[in-house]
Amino acid sequence: MNVPCLLRAENISKSFPGVQALNKVQLHIEKGKVHAVMGENGAGKSTLMKILIGMIQPDEGSVIMNGKKVVFHSVHDAIKAGFSMIHQELLPFPELTVAENIFMGREPVKGFAGWIDRKRMYSDARLLMNRLGVTIKADRRMKELSIAEMQMVEIAKAISNNAEVIIMDEPTSAISGKEVQALFNIIRDLTSRGIAVIYISHKMDEILQVADTITVMRDGKYIASHPAKELTNERLINLIVGRELSTIFEKKDTRMGDTILSVENLEGETFSGVSFELKRGEILGVAGLMGAGRTEIMEALFGLRKIKSGTVHIKGNKVNIRSPRQAIRYGIGLISEDRKQTGLVLSSPVKHNITLASLRRNNKGIFLHLNKEKALADAKVKAFNIKTASVNQPVNYLSGGNQQKVVLAKVLLNDPDIIIFDEPTRGIDIGAKTEIYKMITALAEKGKAIIMISSELPEILGLSDRVLVVRNGRLVKELDRGEATQELIMKHAMA
Amino acid sequence: MSFAGIKSPADLFSRYGIFMALIVICIVLSIATPNFFTAQNMLIVLRQVSINGILAIGVTYVIIAGGIDLSLGSVIALTGVVAASFAHPNTYPLLVPVLLGLLTGVAVGALNGLTITKGKVAPFIVTLGMMTIARGLALVLSKGRPVTNLSPDFNFIGGGDILYIPVPILLFALVIVVSGIILKYTRIGRYIYAVGGNENAAAASGIRVNRVKLFAYIMCSGLAGLAGIVLAARITTGQPNAGIAYELDAIAAVVIGGTSLLGGRGSVAGTVIGVLIIGVINNGLDLLNVSSYYQQIIKGVIIVGAVLLDRKNAGGS
Repeated sequence: MNVPCLLRAENISKSFPGVQALNKVQLHIEKGKVHAVMGENGAGKSTLMKILIGMIQPDEGSVIMNGKKVVFHSVHDAIKAGFSMIHQELLPFPELTVAENIFMGREPVKGFAGWIDRKRMYSDARLLMNRLGVTIKADRRMKELSIAEMQMVEIAKAISNNAEVIIMDEPTSAISGKEVQALFNIIRDLTSRGIAVIYISHKMDEILQVADTITVMRDGKYIASHPAKELTNERLINLIVGRELSTIFEKKDTRMGDTILSVENLEGETFSGVSFELKRGEILGVAGLMGAGRTEIMEALFGLRKIKSGTVHIKGNKVNIRSPRQAIRYGIGLISEDRKQTGLVLSSPVKHNITLASLRRNNKGIFLHLNKEKALADAKVKAFNIKTASVNQPVNYLSGGNQQKVVLAKVLLNDPDIIIFDEPTRGIDIGAKTEIYKMITALAEKGKAIIMISSELPEILGLSDRVLVVRNGRLVKELDRGEATQELIMKHAMA
Repeated sequence: MSFAGIKSPADLFSRYGIFMALIVICIVLSIATPNFFTAQNMLIVLRQVSINGILAIGVTYVIIAGGIDLSLGSVIALTGVVAASFAHPNTYPLLVPVLLGLLTGVAVGALNGLTITKGKVAPFIVTLGMMTIARGLALVLSKGRPVTNLSPDFNFIGGGDILYIPVPILLFALVIVVSGIILKYTRIGRYIYAVGGNENAAAASGIRVNRVKLFAYIMCSGLAGLAGIVLAARITTGQPNAGIAYELDAIAAVVIGGTSLLGGRGSVAGTVIGVLIIGVINNGLDLLNVSSYYQQIIKGVIIVGAVLLDRKNAGGS
């Protein structure tokens, strides 16, 4: 039997400078069903959702709703057409009440001057809450609510919009156990009224529990859609990670030196019991889902986050790192996950960015040697093949891959012994990726100790000598190069 | 053909737009009034702008570092009163009032900087508070009365000439050179740009962000201290009501000079040009007998217009 298709997205493509985020992707959503979309980080799920909700426009392809082609120029258009999205990061107005949040932008009015009909607004809000079977008072301020309650309010808002399709992006990332079950009950209630739910999550067990259909994406491509009943955990992981390993990795036999870093029982705000060792010449891959605590652990090692307890030895000496400045002195370099937030001074020229962390090292006395600085920057630009009109160019004019190389050049100018890469190839094209892989390998061959956090499993498997898997702020598994597979890593990361 | 990387008149204008604007204003005024382009009048303009100039350079540091300082006008009054109190004839050597004036400025800057960095209070709030605190202190110290009867040595700082050039102009020039060099050719100068451009990236590069900010605020208030001494010497009085709203003229000059209020971008040279534009316009309108009411309107239009022009040339960034 053919259930009528509520929404069809066909041949959707979208590219950003240097990256093809979506390549002829399709998605067929049925009325009253829960449709899960799965894929690794960077598979293109978010981009597809942003297109459906009108935040960005596709380069090609069409969205067909109830048999009619629709084009959204803005979120406003999408909401009018019956779409609604509950973002992973909720965006409430914390100082306003629940009712005011629900009716933001569409407040019921009376009279000629647009007086807000507060009475009706609050009674409508109460009605919505009853319909959802939740007991949140409509006059409470949003900031007093728990995350789960805020999600309910967002759902109420979506229903009040008469949404036919509700997109939920990682709705359970901040809630647990009982709250998740309450959410699932509401989802079932929504679908029984004919509302379609697009459900994005990394959590296998949840997806298999709540979804009717599962679509898998990988590397910006549509891979497959299957009824959830026909899928098992293993089969799903297989679809998500794919089989073919990229051929861009050339891993030679590693010659490892002495242990340079040893971490014992490290504990911070979001992680605990972290112990591992690292040798010169070794590439240590760190895998795990987003938010598992990988970045936090490494940022703590670099002095960006507080360490509550535990010991760190570098070259056999016990060290107490409390600031990046000290970490740099001990020979640690960090290439951060978010180059715009913590890597680059975007308004400053390329040369100033390259030399920023090593001004003291390269300039004796109080004055800067500007000619030497330019020569140094020119040399790095050449060595790293950074494409820029000149080193005087502000760094925000460069593409993502070239910006990443600028960050790398900056960190390497301090000649660190231990280099931490956090998602070194996020958002950059395959050409620049390959170059960065070669640089990482070359650094390890020169005897540098490398830690590489990555959500891209091919990258982890292709480069690492050893893989640590992080889940919920703990190191849950250590795998040798020989035994590590994508399936095994995913199993431990998701569990 | 290109000269120093300049390829066309448009390029010239986009890179030196504010400077070109200054030239154009000067040419127009030279034509409009014969008294404008004379050596004597130029010295008058320079002497008039030197106090605002010293202030503006100080606040350039703070603005590039991503902050703001609203307390400058009051700091001028406070430091002027402090200096004047120790500048009566036959009491202390000249060095004493000068050093005490400067130190008062430095202390205010340190207090601003520490409250902002350690107390994590927004610069706008901290310096707004300091604006009234410093004003109040100036009134308390002077008991609300002007501090008069200052030594000729002290008054020389504001009214004297060295080789026909007024001392305030020489001090302004010295401040331009020293602060320009610090900003461009020293580590701390570079760190100021980095902190204002992206505080997180600066911290991750091993820069002690709080120290850099503290330095900027001390530099700013220290220079305000110098301006306070010059003003007191110029009017031969430590005037507790002096300098009201001076910070706004200084900030205006910085903004006209192309320094971004968001931080991370700007230069001493730009600020000097901004100061000159304001000074030249004030002077020219005086010469043209334009009423001071209209002058205010014209000045406001020019502040916004200059930035609008700069935005357009910078490609709307």
